Amino acid sequence: MIEIKNIVKSFSDKRVLNDISTVFETGKTNLTIGRSGSGKTVLMKSMIGLETVDSGQVLFDGKDMLKMTKKERQLLRETIGMVFQNGALFDSMNVADNVRFPLRMFTNMTKAEMSKRVDFCLDRVNLSNAHDLSTSELSGGMRKRVAIARAIVNNPKYLFCDEPNSGLDPQTSIVIDSLIKEITEEYNITTIVNTHDMNSVMGIGEHIIFIYEGNLWWEGTRHTITQTKNNEFNDFMFNNELTKLLKASVNKKEE
Amino acid sequence: MKIFSDIGRYLILLKNVFQIPENPKLYRKKILFELRVLCLDSLPIIAVISIFVGAAIAIQLAANLSNPIYPRWITGFSAREGIMLEFAPTMINLVLAGKIGSHIASEIGTMRITEQIDALDVMGVNSASYLILPKIIACVAFSPIVIVVSIFLALLGGWVAGVTTGVITSYDYIDGLQLDYTNKSLIISLVKGLVYSFIIASVSAFRGYTVSGGALEVGRASTKAVVESCITLIVANLIITNLLL
Repeated sequence: MIEIKNIVKSFSDKRVLNDISTVFETGKTNLTIGRSGSGKTVLMKSMIGLETVDSGQVLFDGKDMLKMTKKERQLLRETIGMVFQNGALFDSMNVADNVRFPLRMFTNMTKAEMSKRVDFCLDRVNLSNAHDLSTSELSGGMRKRVAIARAIVNNPKYLFCDEPNSGLDPQTSIVIDSLIKEITEEYNITTIVNTHDMNSVMGIGEHIIFIYEGNLWWEGTRHTITQTKNNEFNDFMFNNELTKLLKASVNKKEE
Repeated sequence: MKIFSDIGRYLILLKNVFQIPENPKLYRKKILFELRVLCLDSLPIIAVISIFVGAAIAIQLAANLSNPIYPRWITGFSAREGIMLEFAPTMINLVLAGKIGSHIASEIGTMRITEQIDALDVMGVNSASYLILPKIIACVAFSPIVIVVSIFLALLGGWVAGVTTGVITSYDYIDGLQLDYTNKSLIISLVKGLVYSFIIASVSAFRGYTVSGGALEVGRASTKAVVESCITLIVANLIITNLLL
């Protein structure tokens, strides 16, 4: 479980996160949603220590990451997997070496054990024949799947995904979403996903927080979305062409 | 004031670079890789420049010192001192600042803007040490080889050019090379090489590591890395020359 308490973060004079508190539960797919520039990525980066917060607490199973020593923080990070927006795969390595990297760095596994684990993880993301491909040969969806395989190879307790669906077609997005949800449940991981993809929200959002201009504006599940009367949230969720089209279609049928 | 802030950030980065590696075995492999990519691949350009500049130096010196009041060995002697003390360590490292410096800055800068460095940090890897330390070690370790190869080829180039163009005899040139030779010049040259290679690798890595923005900024950082490496190198040259001679 990850709990954040009163997170405040500013860049120069601009406050980008304003007193944000919530709990991300283990075994659930937690979604952070909001418009571009609302502070989702800053919040995620603050949680894993890539950004320094002005004040607040980030508790990983009760331990405040911000108060940890360098060594403690390093040990914590070995239990974190992260899928970056563009995959952040290492260009100098092929697919298998990218996935193998955390094992080589932090474990004493033999080569055979590592290969077995890499095979398993690549198989898990349906890329069993991609071992020798270079990163430049991968499509957007494949890059994301390799990034997921690398993120889970060291059996993380926490999985962070920053807009895993950006730049992907709707079908591939569904595949990536399903993969994240399955992995979360299978390994009982605390998963946090940044997204502004409505399909993801409705498909895998077990716990959703909506960030608006750096504030936590709404919190709930995909089942409570339609019941909210929060204007900004409704505007973000339902003010799009598809929803308007569906509404018009429903209205027409009713007439 | 920005210069002081940059120096401060550079020193903090160096402090992070010189940490105990998480997995020394992986670092060893990376050092070997960097030796090949940064150093061995630079040998052809070093060889070409050394031979031709050495040849030009010998011909120029022979032409300028053709007055009979000068001893005939003066061309070989002056070529040796100039090549050993300045050309091989300083000029060659200025060339390497362009080649290796831009390579390091653009490689690390690209890793920064594509979040590859963030990925290393999130995994718990000391990204500064993992990315920069092997490059510094490879450059510094390879520096004596660069200096010795460059000196040898430049002197050889001078001999070939001087003899084939007839501006100096082989005997006079070699006599000049051997005159009053002590290892002091070589040691100064090697010390300069070690300092310069450290400057090139670390300054360029600093520029790449601290880049923010997009591809345009990576290009700017690469240019900045080369310019700042060259300026730092020239200043260091003045200081070392004053201290050691």
